[in-house]
Amino acid sequence: MRGNTIFSKIFYFYRDGFRSMTVGKKLWIIILIKLFILFAILRIFFFHDFLESNFTSDDERSEYVIEQLTKTKKLHDD
Amino acid sequence: MIEQIDLSLVDWSRGQFALTAMYHWLFVPLTLGLSFLVAIMETIYVKTGDSFWKKTTKFWMTIFGINFAIGVATGIILEFEFGTNWSNYSWFVGDIFGAPLAIEGIMAFFMESTFIAVMFFGWNKVSKKFHLASTWLTAIGANLSALWILVANAWMQNPVGMHFNPDTARNEMQNFWEVLFSSSAVNKFLHTISSGFVLAALVVIGISAWFLLKKREVLFAKRSMIVASTFGILSAIFLIGTGDSSARDLASDQPVKFAAMEALYDGRTNAPLVAIGALSSPTEDQGLMRENFIFKIEIPGALSFMVHRSSKGFVPGIKDLVLGNEKENIISVSEKIERGDIAISTLRELKEAKKNNPERYIELRAKFEDKEWIDNYFRYFGYGYYKGRDTQELIPNVPISFYSFHIMVILGFYFFLLFTLVLFLGIRDRLEGKRWLLYIALWTIPLAYIASQAGWIVSELGRQPWVIQDLLPTVAAVSHINTTSVQITFFLFAVTFTALLIAEIKIMTKQIKIGPKEGGK
Repeated sequence: MRGNTIFSKIFYFYRDGFRSMTVGKKLWIIILIKLFILFAILRIFFFHDFLESNFTSDDERSEYVIEQLTKTKKLHDD
Repeated sequence: MIEQIDLSLVDWSRGQFALTAMYHWLFVPLTLGLSFLVAIMETIYVKTGDSFWKKTTKFWMTIFGINFAIGVATGIILEFEFGTNWSNYSWFVGDIFGAPLAIEGIMAFFMESTFIAVMFFGWNKVSKKFHLASTWLTAIGANLSALWILVANAWMQNPVGMHFNPDTARNEMQNFWEVLFSSSAVNKFLHTISSGFVLAALVVIGISAWFLLKKREVLFAKRSMIVASTFGILSAIFLIGTGDSSARDLASDQPVKFAAMEALYDGRTNAPLVAIGALSSPTEDQGLMRENFIFKIEIPGALSFMVHRSSKGFVPGIKDLVLGNEKENIISVSEKIERGDIAISTLRELKEAKKNNPERYIELRAKFEDKEWIDNYFRYFGYGYYKGRDTQELIPNVPISFYSFHIMVILGFYFFLLFTLVLFLGIRDRLEGKRWLLYIALWTIPLAYIASQAGWIVSELGRQPWVIQDLLPTVAAVSHINTTSVQITFFLFAVTFTALLIAEIKIMTKQIKIGPKEGGK
């Protein structure tokens, strides 16, 4: 039995919409596979945030980036 | 630093970013334009009450839905890459990127996900007017989502509204409105979305032409072509107009890119615009490699007029911009390199002084607050990385910039002519008999994508070596990570995106063959 609250109306709106889909079902499968590849494989195994994972504080990150950005001068001085 | 970076790491990182951005951009423009075309068709349905237009709207809405579903989230990968492959850059841009991208995320989630659901699931469940409003809001939401990433991109091409904090090595936003409403941001947004409108109009015309060639759904196809060509003409006019103002922006903010797009080496007044041309092998000229023309057809004075609204205006060439031109008040690249080198040295010294010399630190810190010093030195920060290096590295690839630009422009004008012809014949109900035109319209679909991609190549490759204009070169922006991991993910992306593209084409082709269904009750 369907409720009359706004939340139940929204719920049934989406549920009925998904149930009545034809080509949409195939598209949802593609979307889910894509999101799995993106977030469960690529993000976890290959795309760590370099500065987040190698340094614990913003001060360390700043220090590192400044060092990277100013290395050229050291080279010329040497 | 340049010497220390494994250049293959830079190349693979660039290649990976280009691959993902270009694949992402295969899906986006159709979403931007088709959403509005669907909204226009549904408006006709609501206004006339004619169920034919409901059927037509639903067909194009299905095509829109397929493209949206396949393309959604492909842009997230670019954000992964910022943090992993381009960490120096991500840190350096500070909150300039954070704010627009956060707004994009929220806006995309709330506007698109809510109203798309009503658009697809709401037929016969909500009122006609509410459904129509949802369709329009989906179109507006999709285009506004594009606004924020384009604002961020425009900032990279013309960094404004920020202040560099030397203690953190981050840029801090000083004026959000200056970032949002810089002429680069406004032009980039308008030019990019209007290119999406043109592409979508061409896709609708091309698919409709296929129906006419097959002698199927004739009325549907003809009416779709009239709507799309009208929308296409207006969009193409807007596209040409915003292209013109973008060119003026480039001439002032990225003059080397502008000169490369025209393969212009020697600056001049009354500078001609190359309408069409072919480049030969480069030769050396005053220490620079120079591309020569095998042939070219020029429009006299048009380049000067485009930039200055007067043929008497001086347009600098690559030689002027690299070697300098005192008469035109253009400083040489070697001078910029010296100034950039001083800016980098100052940052380095400040870092050391912060630890052991408080007085010197205060003195150096003040420089980063001094507008005159910023304008004279920090402004050229990125050039410091090129000290002792070949100045040729500061020039983008001229043949690629030249050809991409000219392919984009020539196709843009061709599209305008095609829209005009289709509309002219469509209004006179003479489209069916012009099979040659229907074939041309069908085969123009890939040309629309080529023009769209060429635009991005001009924009992104033409600005090399900069990732942030004059401040951060690409080689300094890259993370020190293992090249192999970048190579692996490059191929993973290539396979994933190619599979998505094949899926899109297959599903879309199947739906097109099925054609519009009755259901306009």
